[in-house]
Amino acid sequence: MASVEVRNLSKTYLTQTGEECLALQDLNLSIEKGEFFALLGPSGCGKSTLLHIIGGLNSARGSVLINGQTVKGPGLNRGIVFQEYALFPWQTVVENVAFGLKMKGVPRKERLQIARDYLALVGLSGFEKRYPDQLSGGMKQRTAIARALAFDPEVLLMDEPFAALDAQTREILQAELLKIWEKTGKTIIFVTHSIEEAVFLAQRVAVITARPGRIKQVIDIPLPYRRYAEEDIRSSAAFSGVRHELWQLLSAEVVQAGVLAGSGAEPAQAAVSSAVRENLGSLPSILLQRGTDA
Amino acid sequence: MRVRIFQVGAIVLLLSAWELLPSKGVINPNFLPPLSETLKTLVALIVAKQLQGHILISLKRIIYGLGIALLVGYPLGLLMGWFRDFEKVVDAPLQAGRQISALALFPVFILVFGIGEFSKAVIIFWASFWPVLLNTIVGVKSIDPILIRSARSMGARGLNLFANVIVPASAPSAFTGIRLGASYAFMVLVAAEMVGANRGLGFLVLNSQETFKIPEMYAAIITLCLFGLIINHLLLALEHRATKWRQVRVGN
Repeated sequence: MASVEVRNLSKTYLTQTGEECLALQDLNLSIEKGEFFALLGPSGCGKSTLLHIIGGLNSARGSVLINGQTVKGPGLNRGIVFQEYALFPWQTVVENVAFGLKMKGVPRKERLQIARDYLALVGLSGFEKRYPDQLSGGMKQRTAIARALAFDPEVLLMDEPFAALDAQTREILQAELLKIWEKTGKTIIFVTHSIEEAVFLAQRVAVITARPGRIKQVIDIPLPYRRYAEEDIRSSAAFSGVRHELWQLLSAEVVQAGVLAGSGAEPAQAAVSSAVRENLGSLPSILLQRGTDA
Repeated sequence: MRVRIFQVGAIVLLLSAWELLPSKGVINPNFLPPLSETLKTLVALIVAKQLQGHILISLKRIIYGLGIALLVGYPLGLLMGWFRDFEKVVDAPLQAGRQISALALFPVFILVFGIGEFSKAVIIFWASFWPVLLNTIVGVKSIDPILIRSARSMGARGLNLFANVIVPASAPSAFTGIRLGASYAFMVLVAAEMVGANRGLGFLVLNSQETFKIPEMYAAIITLCLFGLIINHLLLALEHRATKWRQVRVGN
């Protein structure tokens, strides 16, 4: 049985002007237990919405199943890591990590011990008594990962968790996340707009189309399981091959996203969010030009 | 350190002016008796056990009025901040209510509740209720929605969500309201005791003036000032304890 199944999922929402907007359309996904799965797509394609629906924080047409059970709302069988960390500033690091266990009704002493173990797993031993405001961005995200793992969910849902970090911290945390995944054996669904990140982390990558979001294609990443241990795997031929393949799939969607975002007054180039430009800095200008005219 | 010296210097300067200007005849000592005479009167009032009664009754009125304002305003503020539809329903009468000065309503309260303790508690309640309520609402409304989403994703619901997220996240703003409420309570207390009371610090101030016991009037004013400072200090200490996490942010 698949760990996570998404069946015929569609999501519409009302814009401020009262129009119906189709964010996701007829999405189907099947993610195996213990798999590291990435959702890759241009900004605004609804990939975060999809993640929140799987997390039970949003409702939609269609269904999501975790281990065969239909999702009806949030639950402790899924842990979510947000891009904005979403730590509670009034709690110390260890209390933050113990939060889910508290909701589960685990006694204080026991849950603090478990929280300390998970802080050790993410390399934050010694920071238990700090408050989130005393931590760097990378340390905050480590805390958030420990928090999502501490109540031992089946599935870890990660919503662009490293997007706000500097490049070096991001690479370190990517490698650490793979180690944590190896140690815990969790099913991970990881939303990103970065091709590099998707290729480095995931076993399979689903490319999501520009709005309305649909699965364009699911690609297997032909890299070894313990890829963080390989020396400079990002320079390998296999890595750049699959990177290019994804780039081609994604670039058309980015142009499409640019057309959707550009209201005419703004050139498409500006409409394509900076996050996407990071990936496609070398996109031929003729493509973007055509986007403006269309 | 230098700031500290100037702080102490300013206070010393002010107090010596209070002592010297009346005693040297620059200011008529009948209107402003020197500091030493005022303090002597204050001590005499305490020794004669006259001041304590006034302090206790004023304290009691504050505790009742402010206490009920907290017991009603704080939970109501939490609910109104959280349940937006509820807020919309009660918003209009509340907006009108908070515009009405407590002092303007005092004759109404006296008319309805009589001149006794109850109408005094009600007017203090009225004055301190609004800042408590409104600041609590603002505190809840300005909680970052991502924190709520994150708590919900970990199974926090209903009372659990209130106790573990909404209450602590809104605490800084709610405390601002409570301290504001306390200072309004004092202002209104003095006015209420001047209008219809035969005990209390406000009464003492006005009565001393009317019977031309000017040093006693100043002694009562000093007591009121110390009284307010102590309460504010206690509330601040409580706030610091409850929002310890905010001091680390200032420290950074």
